[in-house]
Amino acid sequence: MSHDTAHALHPPTTTGLDNRKLAIWTFIGSEVMFFSALIGTYLVYKGKSVVGPFPHEEWTSPTGEHFEHIFEIPLVTFGTAVLLFSSFFVVLALAGAQRGNRKMLIGWLSATVVAGLFFVGMQVYEFSHFMDKGLGYTTNLFGSTFYTLTGFHGAHVTVGLIWLGTLLILSLRGKIPPEKALNLELAALYWHFVDVVWIVIFPVVYLMK
Amino acid sequence: MATSAVEHAAPDAPAAHSKTGVWSWITTVDHKRIGIMYGVSAFVFFMFGGLEALLLRIQLGSADNTFLSPDVYNQLFTMHGTTMIFLGVMPLSAMFFNFMIPLQIGARDVVFPRLNSFSFWMFLVGAIVLNVSFLFNAAPNAGWFGYANLTETQYSPGLNTDFWVIGLMALGVASLAAAVNFFVTIINMRAPGMRLLRMPMFVWMSFITQVLLLLAFPIITVALIFLMADRYFGANFFQPDANGDPMLWQHLFWIFGHPEVYILILPPFGIVSEILPVFSRKPLFGYAAMVFSGAFIAVLGFGVWSHHMFATGMGPIADASFGLLTLLIAIPTGVKIFNWIGTIWGGSLQMKTPMYFALGFIAMFIIGGLSGIMHAAVPADLQQTDTYFVVAHFHYVLFGGSIFALLAGAYYWMPKMFGFMLNERIGKIQFWLMFIGFNITFFPMHFLGLHGMPRRVYTYPEGLGFEFWNLIETAGSMLLGFSFLVFIWNIWLSKRAGVAAPADPWDGATLEWSIPSPPQEFNFAEIPTVHARDPLWEQKRSQGRPLPEPPRVSGEGIHLPNPSVKPLITALGIGVFFTGFLLGSPWPIPASLTINLPVVLIGFAMTAYGILSWAFEPA
Amino acid sequence: MRFRSIAIGRLLWWSPLLTLLVLVAAGCAENYPQTTLDPRGEFARMVDDVFMTTVRWAILVFVLVEGALVVAIIKFRGKPDDPEPKQIHGSSVLEVVWTVIPAVILVMVAIPTIKVIFETAKEPADAMVVEVIGHQWWWEFRYPEYGITTANEMYVPVDRTVDLRMVSDDVVHSFWVPQFAAKRDVFPNRETRMWFNTEVTGEFPGQCAEFCGIQHARMGFRVVSVEVAEFDSWVAGMSAATEPVSVEGDSVALAGQQLFLTKACIGCHSFNAAAPPPGQIGPNLANIGSRTMIAAGMLENTDENMARWISDPQGYKEGSLMVIAGEITEAELAALVAYLRAQQVVASPPVVADIQ
Repeated sequence: MSHDTAHALHPPTTTGLDNRKLAIWTFIGSEVMFFSALIGTYLVYKGKSVVGPFPHEEWTSPTGEHFEHIFEIPLVTFGTAVLLFSSFFVVLALAGAQRGNRKMLIGWLSATVVAGLFFVGMQVYEFSHFMDKGLGYTTNLFGSTFYTLTGFHGAHVTVGLIWLGTLLILSLRGKIPPEKALNLELAALYWHFVDVVWIVIFPVVYLMK
Repeated sequence: MATSAVEHAAPDAPAAHSKTGVWSWITTVDHKRIGIMYGVSAFVFFMFGGLEALLLRIQLGSADNTFLSPDVYNQLFTMHGTTMIFLGVMPLSAMFFNFMIPLQIGARDVVFPRLNSFSFWMFLVGAIVLNVSFLFNAAPNAGWFGYANLTETQYSPGLNTDFWVIGLMALGVASLAAAVNFFVTIINMRAPGMRLLRMPMFVWMSFITQVLLLLAFPIITVALIFLMADRYFGANFFQPDANGDPMLWQHLFWIFGHPEVYILILPPFGIVSEILPVFSRKPLFGYAAMVFSGAFIAVLGFGVWSHHMFATGMGPIADASFGLLTLLIAIPTGVKIFNWIGTIWGGSLQMKTPMYFALGFIAMFIIGGLSGIMHAAVPADLQQTDTYFVVAHFHYVLFGGSIFALLAGAYYWMPKMFGFMLNERIGKIQFWLMFIGFNITFFPMHFLGLHGMPRRVYTYPEGLGFEFWNLIETAGSMLLGFSFLVFIWNIWLSKRAGVAAPADPWDGATLEWSIPSPPQEFNFAEIPTVHARDPLWEQKRSQGRPLPEPPRVSGEGIHLPNPSVKPLITALGIGVFFTGFLLGSPWPIPASLTINLPVVLIGFAMTAYGILSWAFEPA
Repeated sequence: MRFRSIAIGRLLWWSPLLTLLVLVAAGCAENYPQTTLDPRGEFARMVDDVFMTTVRWAILVFVLVEGALVVAIIKFRGKPDDPEPKQIHGSSVLEVVWTVIPAVILVMVAIPTIKVIFETAKEPADAMVVEVIGHQWWWEFRYPEYGITTANEMYVPVDRTVDLRMVSDDVVHSFWVPQFAAKRDVFPNRETRMWFNTEVTGEFPGQCAEFCGIQHARMGFRVVSVEVAEFDSWVAGMSAATEPVSVEGDSVALAGQQLFLTKACIGCHSFNAAAPPPGQIGPNLANIGSRTMIAAGMLENTDENMARWISDPQGYKEGSLMVIAGEITEAELAALVAYLRAQQVVASPPVVADIQ
């Protein structure tokens, strides 16, 4: 017999795990399959393009048009580093939220958002630059798989940014007190996941020849 | 166990029950109402799918028949498959997930009630997108498996495949949202004492199903994204000229598709595992073996997708490996069947209608399982695949299996859901009509397949010997269709007769039978504490049965989630967004843009508004 | 009263089975030229052996398990006021038993399965290569050894192994000739292979087995298995068929020859089996006059069917690329049929299938 009507508003969970946190983890598990399929397809189609341009080699078309290789590693390496650091920033922001240190929360959360924005900006620049170099979405399998994979990752980063941005606005209004730090923790979990996916994409797509 | 009323109980207090009217249904977040909405809409779509099947059967009733044009036939068989899987069996299972899981684990609702409402509306949006295509004579026509590169614009220029892609994407969103919800619900909302290995088998099988949904649906989503990219934006994923490989579609589709098969059959396994013990008055035989065999089937389900592709010539090593893995599935499946027989063996069988359907399920599922083993014998499968033998096989597992079990569940749980008993006599008549009609319709398909009739053909020529069995099957299908009219008649008649269902009409073993029929909005006046498997039997044993009828109580002070219209707005927003992909560009430039950007943007804005206002709405 | 209801109950229980038996007997009387159960070649025979192995085990398991189920239902039927039966929760011994026994049966199925998988996957030695090209909705066959191209009718010498190299010109198809071999999908841009041999002469129907669009149902073909001498004469005839068979002296057929040009048939079809002009999208028509089937193995090659097919191809096969330019009169139709009928490389239609 239990008489926990007093706890009716927030009944304790069976496992003690927070419901929303468990839900995010569940969702991430599902997302792993989503990105596995995208990355798998990229790998299956790697080197199968009939025409260039190609990721790592130059290519001259039968009509004599010359194409440079597409990837420029230094920029994306820097972008990767920035994204990685943002994961670190959001940990500090969460620590700030949990301790009720508003300055720490706002400062590091802003840093996270700025880093995320930088990454998305880098991707936008990269996409338009690659287009200029002759790699359209429809050009070849490399174009279709590359833009789809990195594009969907970019979309996830963007969703994360909107989420974190909303929380930043809330924290500026003082609406993320320590007891609501979980709201940030959920976003942070998602943000870490998006970073981890990039850590797989970066070597598989950019470095592997 | 706490089923006694709280002290200030007032019988039939209307407080929690005063919410009526259409708006209360639209904004409801009550898992029971959502379950009923799933059930009603799924049954309507199921009847649609059945009607489609009857039209197909009429066309195939004679050689070179011209009852249906080839294109209409192809639309109907595609929609029959898609409907039965995504709009019939899955949401009928979802009805029971919704209504029964919280009751069986002793919870007041699912963990995220508004997300639950969103799942339903999203499902309805996807289902409507798929079916509205008929109004444009552009229903999907490339098969429920939508094999590339037939689905590329070059070979399928119409909107047919677009409706299919977009409808399935919408349904995918609905399924994922629901799966997250039920996964967390089952882990986190169990009543005190309801340990994992005390959960009712239906909850267990549902739980495994949610895992499959979570892991399988992203794969089909990716495949659909690729197809959409090809069709709308000229990408090369399945374009052979650009080295795109139609095999990639097959792999992605079946990595999803085979787990999907278990998504369709595991909940019915659970339903039958609930019914057999109750009507044998004897606990489920080999509970742990049942749990683990279910889990094992699910794990293997991800490793056998290529057995749908033996004819593609993957090479002997791949063929042998996938063949062996597929054979392995027979072991846990056999364990389940033997344990069911073990459950009724030595019992005291109460031959009520749910029991008829549950036993019919076992009998038919065995046949489907045995022909399944024949498909695992790769060389044999090379003759059987893409013939009516396969059609026979999967109807034995999906109709003889899933549908029989879902009807068993309906006869078992509808008294709980609606508060009136169904007519036993008509129920049994329906069973026999269905059982006979089913076998006449589908058993001869084995012969036809072995004698060389391919599937997905709108007609067949004279001289191949296909006329006889096809005519028999067509006749059988009419009987089968009729049996569902008897079901509807039974519901109508029983509702009118209004024999009130007691809380526990079957001497049930699980918690849903401890509360009034139909349950009050808050389910349990007090959250029960569970001390054993089959908690209600355990309680009856300790207190002496039968238990007194639980009174209806006021439910004052029980916090329930507020109704919300935000999930509907969000689902509609996504629906509008997707509709933009079907409307075509309002501007001639750029010519390549085949989407209606304004509509897409309106849909996006609606979705964003829905999500944000939802996030800031007090639950 | 009670007795009668039991008797009726029994009858009800058995009636489906009895009906089924009667029906099966009736069904067996049919003639099934496309059956998988009457193998006429090594490949199909090996496959059939595996199938029959599974059938025997399936029947055994079916009888035992359904039997146990029926016995339990009859034996343990209870009444509501019966005492509670003994509460048994399971048995570890039984769980092991009914895990191990099926496992053993599965091994018995797996052994021939694996064996035949590898046997059928072997590269055939000393085989005649035939290139199969799938089209929506017809089949093109090429014999690289002899430089011959034909459509919808695959001539093979009896007892000689045929090595198929298959590719699709458009979407995924599946090549299936049940009495000789099994199915193999035909993909665009990806070669698939299968082999078969024929042990008897005769004509055997085959059909596309993978859904390939609106006319998937009418994408058939024939395998014509003939004696070596007959095959050689077919090869000689086809190799020499570089232009249409002359119809000098037959005024009706001559008119047909003219119509073949003016009705634009020539745009898609050729009678040149040895060196067909490139880019022709219709089936090659060399020897069309003596084929047993037209319209991709679906219509018997009678004058009447030929006229029906030519005059209204969309009526019989909606969606196919075949059209007839402008109106066509009865007389014109007769002329075209006469002309096509004259296109015979081998004298007469080969012997009708000697199966069954």
